[in-house]
Amino acid sequence: MALLDLQDIDFAYAGQPPVLRGASLQMRAGERLAISGDNGAGKSTLLRLIVGLLRPTRGTVTAFGRPRLHERDFHEVRRRAGYVFQDPDDQLFCPTVAEDIAFGPLNLGLGRAQASEIVTRVLDQLGIAPLRARITHHLSGGEKRLVSLACVLAMEPDILLLDEPTNALDTTNVERLTEILQGLPQAIVLVTHDPQFRTRIAPGGLRIEDGRLIDAS
Amino acid sequence: MAHVLDPAQRALDDPCPPALIARRDPRLRIVLAGLFACVTVCLSDFAALGGALALAVLALTLSGLPPRRTLRRMAGMDGFILAMLILLPFSVPGSPLITVWGFTASREGLAQAVQIALRANAVILMAMAMVGSMEAARLGSALHALYLPERLVQLLMFTTRYIEVLREEYLRLRVSMRCRGFKPGTNLHSYRSFGHLLGMMLVRALERSERVLGAMKCRGFDGRLRVLDTYALSARDLVFGAIGVGLMLTLIGVQLRHGFA
Repeated sequence: MALLDLQDIDFAYAGQPPVLRGASLQMRAGERLAISGDNGAGKSTLLRLIVGLLRPTRGTVTAFGRPRLHERDFHEVRRRAGYVFQDPDDQLFCPTVAEDIAFGPLNLGLGRAQASEIVTRVLDQLGIAPLRARITHHLSGGEKRLVSLACVLAMEPDILLLDEPTNALDTTNVERLTEILQGLPQAIVLVTHDPQFRTRIAPGGLRIEDGRLIDAS
Repeated sequence: MAHVLDPAQRALDDPCPPALIARRDPRLRIVLAGLFACVTVCLSDFAALGGALALAVLALTLSGLPPRRTLRRMAGMDGFILAMLILLPFSVPGSPLITVWGFTASREGLAQAVQIALRANAVILMAMAMVGSMEAARLGSALHALYLPERLVQLLMFTTRYIEVLREEYLRLRVSMRCRGFKPGTNLHSYRSFGHLLGMMLVRALERSERVLGAMKCRGFDGRLRVLDTYALSARDLVFGAIGVGLMLTLIGVQLRHGFA
């Protein structure tokens, strides 16, 4: 069964020429896929369409075996497809790291104790346990990136949607992120401009050109 | 709240030993500061007002806040009421005290001005000592625990979270303006440029708020706020609260005795 199946997607922002014209994409469990393309080609738009923050003007989004049409349908998709935003400041809005990571689990209806356990587990998994009580806006860029990944992993997703995760990271932090991502079992859709990072995380790749997804190789 | 733009403190639970007040339950501190403000505003007797100010100074020493910086903040507030304090003796009728350029200051007016100054400073100092020594995030969750409307708590939390981001955005834009030779002056070009700067910040803030909401939705946000912190009053909290209320009752007692005398 395909985790994601996007068929013939058209999308245009209000009052602007179409970004996507007939884009299609399939993902299977555990698969890793990199998506490249010029600035404004529609890479982030594609990720937003997958989790239903945007709706296509034409075409269908099927996720985890079911067609997704309405806001209601996407609630499950958002839990199972963890979207890591391009700018961690957009994602980390809680005062402390622990609260931010617990935000998702609490929304899923877990109790405080359970959420707290998940926070500990995810922090340990990423090796950032000392950050637990830190205040999110005082974190460094690299720390913010790892914490925003932790926030998404706390939802125990089946697939990760990573939007330019190496943006504004130095080489040490890129290295650390690479190691962490290589050790994760999840399927990954990776949007990046960084060719080296792409080869190490998701060798199989697509490119957005003229609103379509084509094989990058 | 005093920490919002203070990079020194990086975690909620600072490793250094917290001051006496910082160890008390945040809810208790907010309630006591509120009560103190109500009591102090009702006082008019000088002995009672002096006592209130002394109490606030005592709280400041127990709060662990840097005294000089805190007092400077208090003086900042005084700047706002200074004009009123100076004008009050001249505008309140009563027995003349001195005459400046043909305007007469009254004894009653001066008394009122001193009362207001004492009251305002005592209340603001107590608020800073009890509530200002709290990280904004903790204040938010404590207010939530005190059943303040969820929307207001969310507003407070978002403000404290994003004020730094907005400030950085502002500073970046200012630097880029300076790099292109912009020198602010009193001319139309400067006004227009500042207008663009403000407009750009508004637009960016709006776009950011949409992205933040998107990120929240991705993690299952349904409009309800869930807070991790739980609070429980300890025996020491209760003793602290009882002493606080006792001291406030003493202030009321002083006021009443002098009031009746």
